[in-house]
Amino acid sequence: MGLKKFCLKKSLWLFHFAGASCNNCDIEILDVLTPRYDVERFGMQLIGSPRHADIILVSGSINQRDKPRLLEVYNQASKPVFVVAFGACGCTGGIFAEGNTFAGPLDQIVPVSAYIPGCPPKPEAILAGITKLVKNI
Amino acid sequence: MGEQIFYFFIYPGLLFAGVVGGLLTWFDRKMTAKVQFRKGPPLLQPFYDFLKLLLVKETILPARGSKITFLLAPLFSLIGGTLAAVFILLPLMNINIGFQGDLLVIFYLLTIPSLFYVIGALASGNPLAFVGASREIKLIISYELTFLLIFAAIILKSGMTINLQEIIAIQAGGNAFIGSLSGVLLFIAALFCVQAKLGLVPFDIAEAETELSEGSFIEYSGTAYALIKFTKYIMLFILPALLVGFFLAGFNWVGLGILWSILKLLLVVLLITLIRNTNPRLKIKQAMRFFLVGMNLLVIIAIILAYFGL
Repeated sequence: MGLKKFCLKKSLWLFHFAGASCNNCDIEILDVLTPRYDVERFGMQLIGSPRHADIILVSGSINQRDKPRLLEVYNQASKPVFVVAFGACGCTGGIFAEGNTFAGPLDQIVPVSAYIPGCPPKPEAILAGITKLVKNI
Repeated sequence: MGEQIFYFFIYPGLLFAGVVGGLLTWFDRKMTAKVQFRKGPPLLQPFYDFLKLLLVKETILPARGSKITFLLAPLFSLIGGTLAAVFILLPLMNINIGFQGDLLVIFYLLTIPSLFYVIGALASGNPLAFVGASREIKLIISYELTFLLIFAAIILKSGMTINLQEIIAIQAGGNAFIGSLSGVLLFIAALFCVQAKLGLVPFDIAEAETELSEGSFIEYSGTAYALIKFTKYIMLFILPALLVGFFLAGFNWVGLGILWSILKLLLVVLLITLIRNTNPRLKIKQAMRFFLVGMNLLVIIAIILAYFGL
């Protein structure tokens, strides 16, 4: 494993993109930052600008209004960047998959590197998903 | 010539200041984690972050902005920070070369990094970066006067010498400046000035993550952002080191003195970390009032006390 890959694995910065989310997933993401789970142990931190992002965490279903915004954020992020589909809505569209405004599951819009299912996913599931992503980089 | 290049690039300049600054950044993050009952990042985390930005990530240039200024600004801020590191650390590490650089040189060099953050932000063409830059300018205006007054007070207390090495020598033998009443007041004011210079909470108004999403640095990515990070590491080392030189009798690199020196440095960084973890972000108006009214008054009282030898 080269130095580049090692450093990338050790320092993944998260950018949180909330689509049409019901906020339950967003609250679970905050759980991962709390003392009990503390995702900063792995060198991850939430950052504000997509330019600094290594992981784009997409929660909520993507509707027709979110789609151009998601593409914009994805194109603005400096590569390499990994997209993680978060929660049932992020992975498949969930209960909104049949809806009028639904703009297709996430993996048909941008390439997705990991899926974390659940409604909402437990913090343990989030950690498991993220460590799997780190292993596969 | 070779010696000067060594001083600038390796010890005590770029490399040494950067590495120690990175370790202090880890200390700062670890202590933040301890305050919040978390475990915190591993020891080498700041270096992973730096290397990732430098080697792996793509550097994106702004489409509508001045590309050359945008790329040169981080480089110049790094050069300014490194020069300041050389002039602060040479006396503190007890290395004697011809021109030591006096306090005024140090003052101007310490201004350069924040100035070039502003220039880089204005060159990026991003409206949020403009807001961040304008806030940074207001912050610079408010704290620089206080910082200059602190320098003046230190010069007065040390009997009109502007050489950092002599200031440290005067404090040797148990009469550090923090031992006097005016010294305590000056130390408090200087601590807040350093906090603002480092752009940490409560003075992280220019790069407010929640409202401006990193503000001045919003457009930076890859190598350019790595240089900014490195400048920040260096600043986190040299500004507390300057405080140690001003108030806590500098460093001593003989025997047990080494341990004591490191403890002094860590103590100042710990104070900065604790302030940053126990305060909310101020508005720019509040920060300006805090420095222009509160801190200036405190420093002027300290100067009057110092004049009467207290």
